[in-house]
Amino acid sequence: MTGVRLGADIGGTFTDIALDCRGQLYSTKVLTSYAAPEQAILDGIAVVLRDAGITPAELEIVIHGTTLATNALIERRGARTALITTEGFRDVIEMRTESRFEQYDLNLQLPTPLVPREDRFTVKGRIGAQGQELQPLDEAALEEIADHIAAEGFGAVAIGFIHSYMNPAHEQRAREIIAAKVGVPISISSEVSPQMREFERFNTVCANAYVRPQMADYLARLQVRLKEMGATCPVFMIHSGGGLISVETAAEFPVRLVESGPAGGAIFAADVAQRFGLDRVVSYDMGGTTAKICLIEDYQPRTARTFEVARTYRFCKGSGMPISIPVIEMIEIGAGGGSIAWVDAMGRIQTGPESAGSEPGPACYQRGGERPAITDADLILGKLDPENFAGGAIRLSVDNARGAVLREVGERLGLDAEPAAFGICEVVDENMANAARVHAVENGKNISDNIMIAFGGAAPLHAARLCEKLGIDRCLIPPGAGVGSAIGFLRAPFGYEALASKVVRLSEFDADVFNELVDGLKTTAEGFVRAGTQGAILREITAFMRYVGQGWEIPVTLPDRAFTAGDVAMLQGSFRDNYARFFGRAIDGLDGLEIEIVTLSVKAQDERTAPERLAITTGTTLADAPASRPVFDPARGETLPTAIVDRADMAHGTRVSGPAVIVERETATVVTSPFDVVMQADGTLMMIRKETAA
Amino acid sequence: MTPTPQDATREIRMQVMWNRLISVVEEQALTLLRTAFSTSVREAGDLSAGVFDPQGRMLAQAVTGTPGHVNTMAEAVLHFIAEIGRDRMLPGDTYVTNDPWKGTGHLHDITMVSPSFLGDRLVGFFACTAHVVDVGGRGFGADGKSVYEEGIQIPIMKFAEAGRVNHDLVQIIRANVREPNQVVGDFYSLAACNDVGHRRLIEMMQEIGLSSLDDLGEFIFSRTRAATLDRIAALPKGAWSNELLTDGYDQPVRLAATVEIADGAVNVDFTGSDPVSRWGINVPIIYTKAYACYALKCVVAPDIPNNWASLDLFTISSPVNILNAERPAPVSVRHVIGHLVPDLVLGALAKALPGKVLAEGSGALWNIHISARPQTGQDGRRAEMLMFNSGGMGARPGLDGLSATAFPSGVMTMPIEATEQTGPVVVWRKELRPDSAGDGEYRGGLGQVIEIEAAAGHQFEFSAMFDRIGHPPRGRNGGADGKPGSAMLDDGTVMRPKGWQQVPVGRRLVLNLPGGGGYGDPATRSAAARANDRIRGYITEDGK
Repeated sequence: MTGVRLGADIGGTFTDIALDCRGQLYSTKVLTSYAAPEQAILDGIAVVLRDAGITPAELEIVIHGTTLATNALIERRGARTALITTEGFRDVIEMRTESRFEQYDLNLQLPTPLVPREDRFTVKGRIGAQGQELQPLDEAALEEIADHIAAEGFGAVAIGFIHSYMNPAHEQRAREIIAAKVGVPISISSEVSPQMREFERFNTVCANAYVRPQMADYLARLQVRLKEMGATCPVFMIHSGGGLISVETAAEFPVRLVESGPAGGAIFAADVAQRFGLDRVVSYDMGGTTAKICLIEDYQPRTARTFEVARTYRFCKGSGMPISIPVIEMIEIGAGGGSIAWVDAMGRIQTGPESAGSEPGPACYQRGGERPAITDADLILGKLDPENFAGGAIRLSVDNARGAVLREVGERLGLDAEPAAFGICEVVDENMANAARVHAVENGKNISDNIMIAFGGAAPLHAARLCEKLGIDRCLIPPGAGVGSAIGFLRAPFGYEALASKVVRLSEFDADVFNELVDGLKTTAEGFVRAGTQGAILREITAFMRYVGQGWEIPVTLPDRAFTAGDVAMLQGSFRDNYARFFGRAIDGLDGLEIEIVTLSVKAQDERTAPERLAITTGTTLADAPASRPVFDPARGETLPTAIVDRADMAHGTRVSGPAVIVERETATVVTSPFDVVMQADGTLMMIRKETAA
Repeated sequence: MTPTPQDATREIRMQVMWNRLISVVEEQALTLLRTAFSTSVREAGDLSAGVFDPQGRMLAQAVTGTPGHVNTMAEAVLHFIAEIGRDRMLPGDTYVTNDPWKGTGHLHDITMVSPSFLGDRLVGFFACTAHVVDVGGRGFGADGKSVYEEGIQIPIMKFAEAGRVNHDLVQIIRANVREPNQVVGDFYSLAACNDVGHRRLIEMMQEIGLSSLDDLGEFIFSRTRAATLDRIAALPKGAWSNELLTDGYDQPVRLAATVEIADGAVNVDFTGSDPVSRWGINVPIIYTKAYACYALKCVVAPDIPNNWASLDLFTISSPVNILNAERPAPVSVRHVIGHLVPDLVLGALAKALPGKVLAEGSGALWNIHISARPQTGQDGRRAEMLMFNSGGMGARPGLDGLSATAFPSGVMTMPIEATEQTGPVVVWRKELRPDSAGDGEYRGGLGQVIEIEAAAGHQFEFSAMFDRIGHPPRGRNGGADGKPGSAMLDDGTVMRPKGWQQVPVGRRLVLNLPGGGGYGDPATRSAAARANDRIRGYITEDGK
């Protein structure tokens, strides 16, 4: 790249800044400031600009992603929001799915709704399942609600009506009436999340309204401060689907910023995959509290239409709140370096989701942590050098780690510290492997067909063992992995996914209506992309289809052209092929078993020139290891003398045979005995499974 | 004390394999969720999936699933092994039944079992269960006088032999049910779900180099058994009894239970319960046991995994009665009485463990099966629809009850937007029912109100499967009873709690679901909690 581009990722602990200055990369990490999040960005920018020797005016684009919206939802620090909804459905966001996400815990507590019952107002007016009006909107009642909202000092308004994804007229009219009397931002569900299923859609529009005033203020402040420092370039936001949107759009639909940091990580991995020409990749990002796994096919991370944030109960599915927006699909489990290990009633080792965080941190940090974390187990097994952790910034205490592991795990199972630490690592690695396998299966894929790309502070310590468990033969650890999301932002396309739920049976397929629908989505999606680019735009059209009567839809990619009545056979055939790929066999021999389209999606993004392709180096020269220390090898089940090599000392093509540990400032790459590791041209490390004896 | 390194490695390997096995059954269940046709499975999660050893002992189950299915399926596999016989089992086989006494208690649940072979060695079984939308007969409802009226019976037989589907069986089913494509589609989904489990298990065994699951099973069972025995040892010993009245079909039904806790065993006896009913509300004992065990586990060992060893220590006994109905008693809506078994058992346990057990709740799901069709002379659609709805849960010692939440069942409700896409009805209301919770230091959960009307040009009849209308959930430790439920039309016409009934054209069906009972003396409820109840509008009446 020739330009000067800056990426800024505000995370829970650190704000990461990455600067691409005419092809040269600079990065830094600054502590996140909750009181004034933009300050950390400005501080970080100052550092990288100084390092690069350029002025703020030379910046050509700033790309920003932030966890602030997510945190506001988790910590419930949003605006007081009023929800206006269909009469008879006041409690949709409180009744949820009417189920308990944990079957045996009689003291279970469900998450509190974002908008309490007294702030939810209902109004007559009903749209039917086919989009027809069953009952006119009670406009007089809306006038009264508007007066009340104006008088009560609400900070935001959400409007969610039944079946508005089929016909938004009532929601739009209600917005007009409220806006005439109320000066706060109004979000309507048919714009924020036009998908079927009222609980998910209503919750999503409430979440959008809830974080909107705060995010709009923050984004405005950030732009002012950037201008004051002399950065006059445009600012774009990364959204949960992994594309860029304008600040104005982000301020209107801030719920789309949720999970933007992890999305950046997935784009980072997708970019590495493209550089090396790897069409099937699984990205593995392990930080302090969680591990995230994402499938990347043909350099594109997979996307989903709904996800769950703010889980309140041991990361348990169902214990958070659903958000229905396009999102890069990844699986996240409570497995990070700080995850606490413990023993359950059956004498089984368990890890996480509770995390020691940065305070007090793992026992080995010597900051008062008493309970063993994954990092403690890694230290005991020799994967980390106690004298040289984080470039020597933190001295790790092996004694503290051993004490904690023995106390909480070893003594309960009659194990010494090393086998107990091995057990902890095996359990956390197995949990991640299981999550990865299930995620692949959910998408109709086989995990062992992929190459892994590992980043995040803790991932290089566990990646080799994870590959052993998953039958994966190659794993890349790119440079800059500590600020992967911010680098990913620099690579993100201007992209937007527009979605609409419309149930269309193939037997009733009307090409004109269908084309009109697709064209509408194209216009919407391209409108957002045009805010950032004048160049060519790539489109991807996907129909989510199922047999009539099923509830789960599978994605089917459609050709980008006008459809005709003759396309029904093509749609049928594509669906059946995809179905067989997911579930083994299509269903045959059922007369009149119909197929339907439930949701349509159009993804648009600007066309990018592909990055320069790098050839993979397998290396031949085995380097002599200057140093060695004993490290436990899980494949062999014993402690082996292990080469210790500084990453900076490895030249392009250098190959080191496992067992080895490649050390660097932020982390260490553990190469287990079944693997070798080779330095690539761009500083990426690649682990390669040793040839099995012929 | 310190074991040899080999022991340590073995210990860790076993733990890791146990986790892997749980992951295998989760994948199995997920396949069923995603391919199923009936809304009860795909939207509500009314299913179960598990892996068994060659003797038919359950090793692990998917977390997804509802107790009535999981714990019955655990017993069902033994019947399959006995009736098919090891000699007739081939790789690629799938067996099926909907026998209420050998499966999960009524004909609507299809149970499939598949043997898992590694080479030619039988290493285990996969089983799964799901509720299908129709099995013919009178349809899902309490009106049958015997099981013969309730639908087609499929004795234990092969659905597929060596991978080839039994097309004769498929033809017979198609000819006997109202929604043949959906029902046969679900048969395929169930078979596919076991196939996925089998494939993953074999991959796991080949990868790890296992030739059997014997050692792993021994490890799982011994650990589980020891942990469960510890919990039972901590309980007081003795026998405690409880009784409960329910609405029944046309007259109240008395249920009785005695929980006896001895060294290393807990038994529940149902002597004293009313005789077998003439209507389809009877419960095969396999289903009674499932919910009795569930209640005991919730209190005694909630964190211990459900498998053969943890279930084995809980036993039940009963003479023939409504909770141990024998063939050919009608059993179609066995879940209504079955879902009240936990409140019955928990009431006895509350006497053994004062201060530890929640109040009674709505209990039985308020399921409604709707059969919609065009009005005479009009165009339109026919459709069979099933909705799951929940009233309030009882108050807990220290916590208010959960509002509109299923307990003991583990199912979810369906979005009304999905229901209205499925068939020609309009749901005009589905929201919390103020003033329905039982008062107490901790109040019960609120029930809900539902209003349903046929779409324009259509009419519908429905099968009522409601309870706690004449007999509200009782409070505990001085807590007040929850509000009873009611079923009526919008003109005030009272509907019966059970049985098929017609809703006249132009009328709406109005269901008021019961609230949960309160816990503890209402006089001790905090002023802050009461003020909050008023602000939220959970309580609107004066003087409360």
